[in-house]
Amino acid sequence: PKASSYVTSHGLLLRSSLGVPLLCRGVATSFRRTGTLIAPPHNHKVLASLAFACIAAIIPLHHRPPRLGLAVSPSRLVSAISSFLILLHLLLVVMSAPISLAPGGSSSRISARAGLEAATERTRQPIVTGTSVLGIKYKDGVMLAADTLCSYGSMAKYKDARRLTKINDATLLGAGGEYSDFQSITDLLKRNALEDKCTADSLYEEDVNEECAREVWNYLRAVMYNRRNKMNPLWNDLVVAGFSQPAGVGDASADEDKPFLGLVDKIGTTYEDSVIATGFGSYLAIPILREKHREDLEEGEARALLEDCMRVLFYRDCRALNRIQIAKVTKADGVLISEPYEIETSWDSASFVE
Amino acid sequence: MSAHAMSMHAPRSHAASAASADPYNLKPGEHSTGTTIMAIPFDGGVVMGADSRTSTGTYIAVRVADKITQVHDRIWICRSGSAADTQALTDYLRHYLGQLSVETGRAPTVKTAAHLMRRMIYENKDNLMAGVIVGGWDAVDGGSVYNIPLGGSLVKMPFAIGGSGSTYVYGLVDHKFKEGMSKDEAKALVEKTVAHAMARDGSSGGIIRTVVITEDGCDKQFIPGDQLPFGP
Repeated sequence: PKASSYVTSHGLLLRSSLGVPLLCRGVATSFRRTGTLIAPPHNHKVLASLAFACIAAIIPLHHRPPRLGLAVSPSRLVSAISSFLILLHLLLVVMSAPISLAPGGSSSRISARAGLEAATERTRQPIVTGTSVLGIKYKDGVMLAADTLCSYGSMAKYKDARRLTKINDATLLGAGGEYSDFQSITDLLKRNALEDKCTADSLYEEDVNEECAREVWNYLRAVMYNRRNKMNPLWNDLVVAGFSQPAGVGDASADEDKPFLGLVDKIGTTYEDSVIATGFGSYLAIPILREKHREDLEEGEARALLEDCMRVLFYRDCRALNRIQIAKVTKADGVLISEPYEIETSWDSASFVE
Repeated sequence: MSAHAMSMHAPRSHAASAASADPYNLKPGEHSTGTTIMAIPFDGGVVMGADSRTSTGTYIAVRVADKITQVHDRIWICRSGSAADTQALTDYLRHYLGQLSVETGRAPTVKTAAHLMRRMIYENKDNLMAGVIVGGWDAVDGGSVYNIPLGGSLVKMPFAIGGSGSTYVYGLVDHKFKEGMSKDEAKALVEKTVAHAMARDGSSGGIIRTVVITEDGCDKQFIPGDQLPFGP
């Protein structure tokens, strides 16, 4: 019994002393990783060493000290070391509590933040939203259509919101999704256009080298993708319409400067096509547009086609309105955006019921 | 089952009589009548009105739906909430009232119809999302309107509005309603109110259907979506 108890007490001492290097290693790793002395809350090694120390502390209390003639009995020594380790671990637990020196919040708050939607750091949800935007290429250029409604959830709050804007004389932008993000994008593009104009080589109008629609489209791709990488997207589906070559570039041959119509979505996906639609339009309007579209549509035909699609959208989209705007970009007239007007709707089928 | 019961509490915390058009309380594939419904009694009868939009999420499944259903000769129900639930309830009610009128030999009262409906909704409250307005004419009380919101409470009212669109027009109705209106005044107010609600609620829209119920008969009409008194 004496020898076994001696060995056991030494074993306990050994075990508890293992806890110390584990603890130190845990703290050192956290120090290296975060640069500050935060206790890692989910470090298993730390928890294991804590468990060891608790066990090591409790057991010697029930142990009879063996008679070895030492000044201090080993078990008491063990219990002294263990109680010191327990205090150290308690300190550890306290350190992993909300108090932290790291910028951006403590470790326990970091895990809680997964549930929060802090607007500055994570994707948020759209609040005031616009619905579909449609676009088609036609004989003279490109035409866009959008309604003038911005919804606040399910409420039709702003009935005269303008979702089509002119960027410069050759580019038109339309957007569905969060209205504030669209306004911010418009500001950004207008700022760029102004800067281009003020830093141009020449002040003469004919020498001006404005960004063409294709360049704006590509720039927006970079902007949207960049925001997406920060998990904080601009919540819009953008439609860019215009021409492929910058205005005023003298050497551009006629067949290079074609009408351009492209889409940029909220995560930076881009594509160009002869017919484009966002939101509900991509389900309801695209089939109609593809069926009826021709490259040589006259302006009146193109407008009728777009109106037809907007009517279907008003019938079938809860967030649509029958008040729409049509906008076009042409070589001759530049960018023209119409005033909002109401489209006709048919409710004859209501008489089917009784 | 319990999860569904939990989700039912969310719309109840909204406005007292409004069945929320929130699609997240519906089972997958279930249609909702995000709606505006209304009924006003006048001297000699009742005017009932509703919009015509049935939506699943943001898609309009039916744009000319009929939300005012007849359950007896002079008793009609305005339905809001889940289309499936309210259709089933009105079918049951029609059956019960038919039986009752044969057994008693006279037309059932609106009060009876309302109490029957209320019992059905109350005793199945965990499984239903239905807010209804029971309105009609009977020889005992004349024109009367009963509002039965989500939980199955029964409230007899001087006028009743319900559905998700009703939240936008409480102010208008409070302002314009007065006791003892004539038939034409009541009908005009119903049409105007429903039109205003449709103008602001994304889940209401289409046409305005009205039913005027009097001792002599029921007159069903609708206003097409391009001739609304206001909006859309």
